[in-house]
Amino acid sequence: MAAEKMALAKAINESLRRALESDPKVLIMGEDVGKLGGVFRVTDGLQKDFGEDRVIDTPLAESGIVGTAIGLALRGYRPVVEIQFDGFVFPAYDQIVTQLAKMHARSLGKVKMPVVIRIPYGGGIGAVEHHSESPEALFAHVAGLKVVSPSNAADAYWMMQQAIQSDDPVIYFEPKRRYWDKGEVDAEAIPGPLHTARVVREGSDLTLAAYGPMVKLCQEVADAAAEEGRSLEVVDLRSISPVDFDTIQDSVEKTRRLVVVHEAPVFLGSGAEIAARITERCFYHLEAPVLRVGGYHAPYPPARLEEEYLPDLDRVLDAVDRSLAY
Amino acid sequence: MTESTAARKPRRSAGSKAAGTTGAKRTTRKTGTAAAKGSETELVQLLTPEGERTEDPAYAEYAQYVADITPDELRGLYRDMVLTRRFDAEATALQRQGELGLWASLLGQEAAQIGSGRATREDDYVFPTYREHGVAWCRGVDPTNLLGMFRGVNNGGWDPNSNNFHLYTIVIGSQALHATGYAMGVAKDGADSGVIAYFGDGASSQGDVSEAFNFAAVYNAPVVFFCQNNQWAISESNEKQTRVPLYQRAQGFGFPGVRVDGNDVLASLAVTRWALERARRGEGPALIEAYTYRMGAHTTSDDPSRYRHDDERAAWEAKDPILRLRRFLESADHADEGFFGQLEAESEALGKRVREVVRAMPDPDRFAIFENVYADGHALVDEERAQFAAYQASFAEAEGV
Repeated sequence: MAAEKMALAKAINESLRRALESDPKVLIMGEDVGKLGGVFRVTDGLQKDFGEDRVIDTPLAESGIVGTAIGLALRGYRPVVEIQFDGFVFPAYDQIVTQLAKMHARSLGKVKMPVVIRIPYGGGIGAVEHHSESPEALFAHVAGLKVVSPSNAADAYWMMQQAIQSDDPVIYFEPKRRYWDKGEVDAEAIPGPLHTARVVREGSDLTLAAYGPMVKLCQEVADAAAEEGRSLEVVDLRSISPVDFDTIQDSVEKTRRLVVVHEAPVFLGSGAEIAARITERCFYHLEAPVLRVGGYHAPYPPARLEEEYLPDLDRVLDAVDRSLAY
Repeated sequence: MTESTAARKPRRSAGSKAAGTTGAKRTTRKTGTAAAKGSETELVQLLTPEGERTEDPAYAEYAQYVADITPDELRGLYRDMVLTRRFDAEATALQRQGELGLWASLLGQEAAQIGSGRATREDDYVFPTYREHGVAWCRGVDPTNLLGMFRGVNNGGWDPNSNNFHLYTIVIGSQALHATGYAMGVAKDGADSGVIAYFGDGASSQGDVSEAFNFAAVYNAPVVFFCQNNQWAISESNEKQTRVPLYQRAQGFGFPGVRVDGNDVLASLAVTRWALERARRGEGPALIEAYTYRMGAHTTSDDPSRYRHDDERAAWEAKDPILRLRRFLESADHADEGFFGQLEAESEALGKRVREVVRAMPDPDRFAIFENVYADGHALVDEERAQFAAYQASFAEAEGV
């Protein structure tokens, strides 16, 4: 596959296809992932080409999906499981936290858990309750798990390759509102390490750090700020566990200001950890406290209100203004 | 031999048996207690508490799996149970002496564990709870390895793949799903190994156990669900867990369930062989409810006097699994005083070895906290390990001054 422009969902699909082709131990499991190709069509066509034995429609039981994936991993398989929506992962939370995350340590390193859990997450698509949440901090808080989220098609492709190759469990959060955004994907490009952040736009006045669906927003914010003569740097974190603090630190030592943006609630969100650590690392460089823009400490609202809840251009610009005012 | 005989025989599953005769009676409204009591008539038993072999034709389907058992094998089962009980008693004593932080005794459940454990083949895979010391013994796991987690030096001290015996799982019922997934993998590999998941009556209430039943049935996975119903989930009796005898749950999921006398090592062996053999043949999962009794406390931290009467224990003591096999061995002239005497010496030697190994078990290196958190490493763990090392080194420097 030469470089090709494709939607983010298609990039994940192509990446899964490549994994299924190259490693007979890779399995796809989940609700509706077979004939239907998943509710977002991310697994479209895979069961047709690889069979029901490798692309497995499961009973509607998330704990069962993850629990059996653990057993399959113990048998030497590399399951890639789909949780249909962010808000449906919680029945599996026990298996993920008490078993999947801890099995390697419990076995003193003798057992590996190469399981990828794909979770479409985030809002902005006008969905009903439990279909728009951003629970990434609940997983990043758990030692033993790795948590990543791509922001564009190219990253989605190679990050999935690396997540599947990882011998650790990886929670792979897919920005569902960006599923249809197209980008150039070069399957032959040599990927960088999985958990490294990337400066997607250079700037000198302030750093915006984001991941997943908020990276595109931050790039738009940087465009808008540029019109006002402000130069913003945008860092795509790509990984929430571990966080590439070195890249953020390098950026903040240059810009002296940091705003972290995510859809998840601000309180105890990943931005809180980034703020604390960057404050510690860059105390004498900072001209302003690290600010955060994100969801409120309220249940994700009904669709008609989600635009009020989600960070948007103006809310991020407002935080930029507040930071620059210090 | 039993294998081929079983394959030729027209099969009548225990599940359909339950649905047919006595099971039908129970569908009339009864309390959970009455239903549980009524079903005792269906207990598969091959050796009575008095140590007599039974010849109930209703259980011939299972009995054939031990029909050709030799006196040597019977003595082996007896030895397994005696040594397991001795090990268990030693561990309880070590907890009382402060050498272990906690111990979960299997006292009373030796027959269920040794019978089922000895039914497994080397390539089978076992998923235990935290009380399967007898099964671990059958799998060849050194008993002293089981004690690390109870002493607090690790969270599981053995390589699961060395003996196909998974790590002890403390969260109730989680391992039923792991076993099912593993069995799905066995089937994908085209192997004929069996998988066995252990859990208790309390775990039967967990969603994971029901999900495991369903996944196993849907995918026809070669897994045997072995429920040791020891009557008590810490302080909660069966009546707080279920309104139907547990083995009957299998019917609703579409596979056979059978209740076996869990204090009868022969019956436990036979029924587990039956279940594993049908799993190997591709006939899917089965549920075995081993009806037994937790003679001791839930763990050394528990106080059963707060919730159950001593006379209950006394009634079960009369059904002791080791005693009944001894009676049979003696009456059948399969074992003499020399055998019993030698076994007693062996028991004492085991107790001594366990004591010595535990007392000599060193605390782990403090940096073990950061070991094996991830297989491929993690920047934050590396950073915190370095901080911890610097902090520790600051004391060494202070001492050096």
